[in-house]
Amino acid sequence: MIFRRIFGIIPLIGCFALAACSKAGSTFLLPAGPIAAAQRAEFIQILGWTLVAIVPVFALVPVLLWRYRYRNRDARYAPDWDRSPLLEVLMWGVPLVIVTVLSVQLYRTTHELDPIKPIASDNPPLRVEAVGLDWKWLFIYPDLGIATINELAFPEKTSVALDLTTDTVMQSFLISALAGQIYTMPGMHTRLHVLADQPGEFEGENTQFNGTGFPQQKFRAIAMTPTAFESWVEEVRSDGQPLTAKHYGVLAQATTGATAQQQLGAKALSGGVLHFSSVDNDLFDEVLHRYMRGTPVPSANQPGAVGYDPQASTGEPNQ
Amino acid sequence: MIHTIFGRLDLSSLSLWRAIQDPTVSELVAAGAATAVLLGALVTVSLLTWFRLWGPLWRDWLTSVDHKRIGIMYCALALIMLARGVIEGVLMRTQQAFGLHGGFLTPDHFSQLFSTHGTIMIFFVAMPFIAGVINYVMPLQIGARDMAFPVMNQISLGLTATGAALVMISLVLGKFATGGWANYPPYTGSDFQPGPGPDYWIWSIVLAGIGTTLSGINFAVTLYKERAPGMTFLRMPIFCWTVICTSIIMIFALPPLTVAALMLAADRYLDFHFFTNDLGGNMMNYVNLFWLFGHPEVYLLVIPAYGIFSEVISTFSGKRIYGYMSMVYATMSIAVLSFCVWLHHFFTMGQSANINAAFGIASMAIAVPTGIKVYNWMATIFRGRVRMTVPMIYATGFFYLFVIGGLSGVMLANPVISYQVHNTLFLVAHFHNVIIPGVLFGLLAGYHYWFPKAFGFRLNEGWGRAAAYLWIAGFSFTFLPLYWLGLHGMPRRSATFSDPAFQPTLWLALFGAVLILAALTCLAVQLWVSIRDRDSLTVPLGDPWDGRSLEWSIPSPPPEYNFAMQPQVAARDDFAEAKTKSRAYTEPEEYEDIEMPNNTAIGMIICVCATLFGLALVFWMWWLAALSFLAIVLSITLPTFLTETTHVIPAAKIAAEHRAWLDKVKDASAVDRLEETQESNLGRALLERPTRIEAAE
Repeated sequence: MIFRRIFGIIPLIGCFALAACSKAGSTFLLPAGPIAAAQRAEFIQILGWTLVAIVPVFALVPVLLWRYRYRNRDARYAPDWDRSPLLEVLMWGVPLVIVTVLSVQLYRTTHELDPIKPIASDNPPLRVEAVGLDWKWLFIYPDLGIATINELAFPEKTSVALDLTTDTVMQSFLISALAGQIYTMPGMHTRLHVLADQPGEFEGENTQFNGTGFPQQKFRAIAMTPTAFESWVEEVRSDGQPLTAKHYGVLAQATTGATAQQQLGAKALSGGVLHFSSVDNDLFDEVLHRYMRGTPVPSANQPGAVGYDPQASTGEPNQ
Repeated sequence: MIHTIFGRLDLSSLSLWRAIQDPTVSELVAAGAATAVLLGALVTVSLLTWFRLWGPLWRDWLTSVDHKRIGIMYCALALIMLARGVIEGVLMRTQQAFGLHGGFLTPDHFSQLFSTHGTIMIFFVAMPFIAGVINYVMPLQIGARDMAFPVMNQISLGLTATGAALVMISLVLGKFATGGWANYPPYTGSDFQPGPGPDYWIWSIVLAGIGTTLSGINFAVTLYKERAPGMTFLRMPIFCWTVICTSIIMIFALPPLTVAALMLAADRYLDFHFFTNDLGGNMMNYVNLFWLFGHPEVYLLVIPAYGIFSEVISTFSGKRIYGYMSMVYATMSIAVLSFCVWLHHFFTMGQSANINAAFGIASMAIAVPTGIKVYNWMATIFRGRVRMTVPMIYATGFFYLFVIGGLSGVMLANPVISYQVHNTLFLVAHFHNVIIPGVLFGLLAGYHYWFPKAFGFRLNEGWGRAAAYLWIAGFSFTFLPLYWLGLHGMPRRSATFSDPAFQPTLWLALFGAVLILAALTCLAVQLWVSIRDRDSLTVPLGDPWDGRSLEWSIPSPPPEYNFAMQPQVAARDDFAEAKTKSRAYTEPEEYEDIEMPNNTAIGMIICVCATLFGLALVFWMWWLAALSFLAIVLSITLPTFLTETTHVIPAAKIAAEHRAWLDKVKDASAVDRLEETQESNLGRALLERPTRIEAAE
């Protein structure tokens, strides 16, 4: 489309110029996967179409203000002029056309990029369960039997099917360079798919304020070659400790990943990362059903709550 | 015993005490704010006592039911709270500018700041400022003597002041909420926030919210029932149309907020489970209820600002508003659509693509009527004679900056983009981009435009220009960089950050914040200078801007009864038409007695009792809560036994005042628009028509 070419160029240059200043790989303006790339394309297209309605305002306001300034006695003065059928058609018509075009586009891309939809890829998808804890992210690999804190590794060109929830207050999960965000809510299950085109390291984060440690709740999303991923899995299995109920109780307290490392005496990996060599397969479901038993859950048994006491809730989420 | 009396209020609730115990920078900043509140109160009380102003304050202001005085008190409240809100904003910008792995405020203090900043700016700056301008202007524009329910109007003001008072008291006693202005549970539930913070938020919002709902009813009934003869709906100034739309939103959108906050209160106080994690509570219901209020709310704010811009642009272009009917349709469509888009605040909650698409398209549709308004204002300038006074500078800034906000709005309306930039500084930049250039610039334009009507003298032009340019520059430097940060994934509400690439941009934003602080200072200086020089700025004749609607056809400041005789409206822009047809400033054949409502203390009593009620609930002082609630009920029911609620102003007095003013108008020389901002402008405008009369239609 012509509009796409004409109006696409300027913002595109702008985006690249801006993105170039930033650390690579942390924004959808420098996409590393098909979803983020489509989101950037959508962004540029909306910018282009909307400028059709906006540029006249930018251009004409100073012209009008200058031409019809009070001292300019050459300009025509028509104090009672207040309607013009032609202008009326233009004023309603142009925004209407733009919004209609954008609406069709919106309907199409909203369905195409629905986070619940798996991303087409030649490789079999990788399942990961993500649990938002207060100020860290727990990633469980149910098919590999391992888990990590604040590190999400996966092979390139593979659709990662994320099942998400939180074991505290609401959070929002975002890896900007790969795909958009999705809320994680207590007792609820949301889904997201991400795929990286090539190996790389991207910042992931929680964007929903959840207390004093909120700005530290970042994680590394690392796309690897298949062989590198295999050796990463081996590394997690060999240097990690098992994720027992007791360990989980420590993790579920309101602390950052770095603090949890110290509390569990784990290896001081940078970025508050922890590795767990084994994990209970039902952990995600247990978290999901913590509040669904029809009995009251006292504060002491609510991870993240002020009175949370891991001792009181070791093992059984609901005692 | 102590617990029964003071509830959970103890020594550590005092922020001054906390600063003595733990003198860190963060605590000292908090203690400084508390000291400022206490000192401010002390200075005010001493000055009032020293100048013996308690009597006049009580008689002429606090107990007045005059819509004009209530309007001015609303605006004064808004400006005081604006000062606090801006200072908080500058503090947050400073913290973030130094926030690479640190900064000087604790994360907890920072989260209180963004929570109070949001709550104050929306509920205790924008809303009272709008309510104030509506209160002052709308009855004058429709030719009414007062609101339909003058006493209820005073109660609305009292309840709004209660909310503001609770937020101010939270600086001294206890701590405010930390969950942002929306305070989503479960984070704000008692399991995660057992302290008094969320309760402060709940009670200030609930009490002020009831006040706003009552205001909405009052505005709507006034517009439906109190219009002067001949003032048909389609002859009303556009501002009055925007007030109809806003009052509809006030009536229907505020209750969901009040209900949501009360349900949260039930969770926190009575062990209910509406939004808790356990026993079937569901936070998603809160989010829906909150935004069912929250989205109409932003239109509640911006629609009257559109109305102000319509008046300002039309007046300072010396021309009718272009496309009156288009404006009416556009405003009404925005008001209706505003109820159909709330879900765009949480596209990322996991609902189906169909739902997201429906709400996305509805949200984008609002861009159509909004765009039409912008074009209509431009067409109003076309073939006009434009004077670049202070309100027009704000309008120009609005044109440029608001369409940028509209652009980012169309982006955020798209779920695909929202998935990326939701909860980031992009969103923060967007809503400041519509609220500052849209709502605040509109209100400041209105403040400069109607100030001479309210006080009888103009505001100093030079300081006003300086403030306007500083606001425009300050906004641009502060918030446009935040778009960039948001696109790069910096979440909102971050006390600190870890990416050094963000630092220069945050410094730029801090520079902008300093400019905004300078703009605010200029506004304060301007007010001071204008009061000092009021004799040379005086416009007693009432029409300093060659105005077009009825409020300019009466003296400045207007008498208590507004109009000496009820206006007979014959056209849209009736006063402009009256001036061209030489039927302005005529003396009626006969004056009549006017019946006006008496002063009452109900509003003030309710304000004091409701503040005590809120405080008692926040700190669990149940006896005080019961007593103050009883006092509120009595203060509403007992006055219904009063039989004498009005007084009569005799026709002779009105005739004398009106004739004296008419004589002054006749003696005065009319000034042209070149002299608009000069001492010679006493408020009588020279009729300026084109030499060659164009066919009007």
